[in-house]
Amino acid sequence: MVLSHAASESDVSVHSTFASRYVRTSLPRFKMPENSIPKEAAYQIINDELMLDGNPRLNLASFVTTWMEPECDKLIMASINKNYVDMDEYPVTTELQNRCVNMIAHLFNAPLGESETAVGVGTVGSSEAIMLAGLAFKRKWQNKRKAEGKPFDKPNIVTGANVQVCWEKFARYFEVELKEVKLREGYYVMDPEQAVEMVDENTICVAAILGSTLNGEFEDVKLVNDLLVQKNKETGWDTPIHVDAASGGFIAPFLYPELEWDFRLPLVKSINVSGHKYGLVYAGIGWVVWRNKEDLPEELIFHINYLGADQPTFTLNFSKGSSQVIAQYYQLIRLGHEGYRNVMENCRENMIVLREGLEKTERFNIVSKDEGVPLVAFSLKDNSSHTEFEVSDMLRRYGWIVPAYTMPPNAQHITVLRVVIREDFSRTLAERLVIDIEKVMRELDELPSRVIHKISLGEEKSEANGDNLMVTVKKSDMEKQREIINGWKKFVSDRKKTSGIC
Amino acid sequence: MVLSRTATESNENVCSTFGSRYVRAALPKYEIGESSIPKDAAYQIIKDELMLDGNPRLNLASFVTTWMEPECDKLIMESINKNYVDMDEYPVTTELQNRCVNIIARLFNAPLEETETAVGVGTVGSSEAIMLAGLAFKRNWQNKRKAEGKPYDKPNIVTGANVQVCWEKFARYFEVELKEVKLSEGYYVMDPEKAAEMVDENTICVAAILGSTLNGEFEDVKRLNDLLVKKNEETGWNTPIHVDAASGGFIAPFIYPELEWDFRLPLVKSINVSGHKYGLVYAGIGWVVWRTQADLPDELIFHINYLGADQPTFTLNFSKGSSQIIAQYYQLIRLGFEGYKNVMENCRENMMVLKEGIEKTERFNIVSKDIGVPVVAFSLKDHSFHNEFEISEMLRRFGWIVPAYTMPADAQHITVLRVVIREDFSRTLAERLVADIVKVLHELDTLPSKISRKMGSEDFGNVKGKKMEREKLMEVIVGWRKFVKDRKKMNGVC
Repeated sequence: MVLSHAASESDVSVHSTFASRYVRTSLPRFKMPENSIPKEAAYQIINDELMLDGNPRLNLASFVTTWMEPECDKLIMASINKNYVDMDEYPVTTELQNRCVNMIAHLFNAPLGESETAVGVGTVGSSEAIMLAGLAFKRKWQNKRKAEGKPFDKPNIVTGANVQVCWEKFARYFEVELKEVKLREGYYVMDPEQAVEMVDENTICVAAILGSTLNGEFEDVKLVNDLLVQKNKETGWDTPIHVDAASGGFIAPFLYPELEWDFRLPLVKSINVSGHKYGLVYAGIGWVVWRNKEDLPEELIFHINYLGADQPTFTLNFSKGSSQVIAQYYQLIRLGHEGYRNVMENCRENMIVLREGLEKTERFNIVSKDEGVPLVAFSLKDNSSHTEFEVSDMLRRYGWIVPAYTMPPNAQHITVLRVVIREDFSRTLAERLVIDIEKVMRELDELPSRVIHKISLGEEKSEANGDNLMVTVKKSDMEKQREIINGWKKFVSDRKKTSGIC
Repeated sequence: MVLSRTATESNENVCSTFGSRYVRAALPKYEIGESSIPKDAAYQIIKDELMLDGNPRLNLASFVTTWMEPECDKLIMESINKNYVDMDEYPVTTELQNRCVNIIARLFNAPLEETETAVGVGTVGSSEAIMLAGLAFKRNWQNKRKAEGKPYDKPNIVTGANVQVCWEKFARYFEVELKEVKLSEGYYVMDPEKAAEMVDENTICVAAILGSTLNGEFEDVKRLNDLLVKKNEETGWNTPIHVDAASGGFIAPFIYPELEWDFRLPLVKSINVSGHKYGLVYAGIGWVVWRTQADLPDELIFHINYLGADQPTFTLNFSKGSSQIIAQYYQLIRLGFEGYKNVMENCRENMMVLKEGIEKTERFNIVSKDIGVPVVAFSLKDHSFHNEFEISEMLRRFGWIVPAYTMPADAQHITVLRVVIREDFSRTLAERLVADIVKVLHELDTLPSKISRKMGSEDFGNVKGKKMEREKLMEVIVGWRKFVKDRKKMNGVC
């Protein structure tokens, strides 16, 4: 006869995840926990917390790719444990990187012979790419000045005030002065004439942006080139150009092939592009290519014998995953010219749908151009009652993340909302977004504008009047309060009707 | 009546992957192709080419993690489309990064209160971490010199010749002079006394390594600290220390907790560690922590309004994936102190097994120490016939990737083979590796040594020389015949 006994506490491993004691205790946040916990519990706890992050695909603020084909996901997972920098151990992965560099260099019309290999490297993003390009320019300029016996301690770089922050980082970390061409209302990119005017003997390069982050516009690189060629003839300084094509590099060759912005212009010495923007790869890959070997000083390249074989390297990062490089190669061969062109044309059409939908509301000015990166930047025609920041906040409730930001100097009074059209932003989503924006506008119309704003206006008026000060202010005070209370009452009762999905 | 048609060419979608025309055409390698190809074909073609890469788990050259639990792989895949830098859009991911920084800072005994937040950041690897730490030191030193009215154009950094290449990169790219303490035979790390001696008024910091890449040894940071404290008292220069704990940072706290190397030493101002080495995460994550806010000059931090919200940032990279950060957090809470300790103890034991197996062959000198990163670095006792590079090549045929390299100055005549014991290098694999090394030694013994070397050692011509030549030729021919015959028997698996 088998004796049975009733177990009052079953073995921990039997408990279902949410019944175990691990989800009951609070995880230490600042100190490493003493004991281990089962992997299912760890997975579930983290997974659940991450549910409160925004949905990447509804993040309309970012240019960075948020969707790839499942086949590519499989390749990514399979190569996630390969350290990209082990060139000797993973020769095929290294070869794939080289092929990508060559393909991209050819895409940008680098002046290469039939079987000549391009000069370039894969990076973690455009930030690293720009720092490498900037370093190359700085070192070349220093060598040139040393040879001429002139001072080389005050290098500077000329660019527009619309640059992405990585240029400012480069300038600050590598001790180069940043000379910014200020913007103005209605003109939100770098003015080529003003830029060339700012060039002096200490300028290591002029940086033009193909696809400004603010409104997607392409800068007129050809004009910069032509003006600079003329200036170089007069001064003999030989100032080169770098094109920051982080967004535009994978758009212009497919949608605007006649636009001359790349190595077809003689003064362009290096170009960077983000593989993870319109290169259609997940975050973590960028590319920088140089025109030819001379534009990359040999002294910056390291030949190391780290893990037993010679590895030439010119990057800031060393170890990193191989997944994104392989994913980039996948996209390049999977899509080809035709595929990229189709994707970019779709993006442009969906952008036009969104833009027309917004124009039809008659409440917005469109700040972005049609030609450029497919995004729609728009600002309110009338900012007096509500601002773009409020629109952005309210859209969040519907799940959309649409950022609002102010322009840099000298156009700081302009605020824009910006929607980036990525590959996975379909027409259906575009139409839905327009509907939700209309809903938000209606809600805002019923809301009074922010209390502080109005009261301060009241104060200004009363100051001007002089003696009638106190009485005027008090009355307006009470009036406004009543107005607010009524407004909110209405708002709340309306919301009970209009409260939609979140 | 339905008219039927015979299709002579079936639709492309119907073709099986290897039957389609896509695997027949040569893929463009230097230019983007004109047309698209189906995703199955693209996937298969790339996957097949990648079969010829080395197997990451047999790559005994690398310290970087090559295996994680499937649950973590799931988390990684789910967060692969999150751009880490969008702090406003992904607040939880940002929070997880902050928690990791705090946990690691406390692991290194940073002088923090209970709820005080640590100063640190996640990076793409120790290279970026070291550049950020170096930048902070450089800026602090420049500000100090400017305030004193002294020249600040010639900063230098003192470190051992055994540093990893990222220090040399930092020095070259950020225009800081690198003053290296040379090694000597038998002493393969930075000598604290020589280092303290090399410090001058232009030194922005002294960099000590916890876990040298060459032989895994921990440098004596405490000794360095004590010597430097004394020197600082005499000179008033206040030279700080940075500890490059890329490998050792996740080992020392668990199996050598009494070893004082971290913020317990007053002159240590910043520490970097690779999450992707013994932090047990895949490649692409490193951490740098500073002692206090004062050690990180505020002017280096950017507050930007990029995607609509204020984001303070001090990194070289901007956009990158969130997967590794989440994986690091997973490991920290999944394993906890006890889990990491178990893993490191296992690594150490497997290292002992390997070391003892190699010692038993009586053909090698062990160059690595027992205390340190679990690696076994060994060199041949007898170099006259064969060298370590040949052993490394022959091991490749069995599938193992074991690197051989020469020591830096001044010990360049020493060549070592190095095996790194990672979490996923089990005892079984260690025993198998010993067996394969023994096999390789057998093969090498039957092989004559390279002809050129033997010829070179007999200088003079003459009859004597000629006779010896012929003799040697005969030796070589006989040896090769035997070797080929034997290989037909020993030809094993590859």
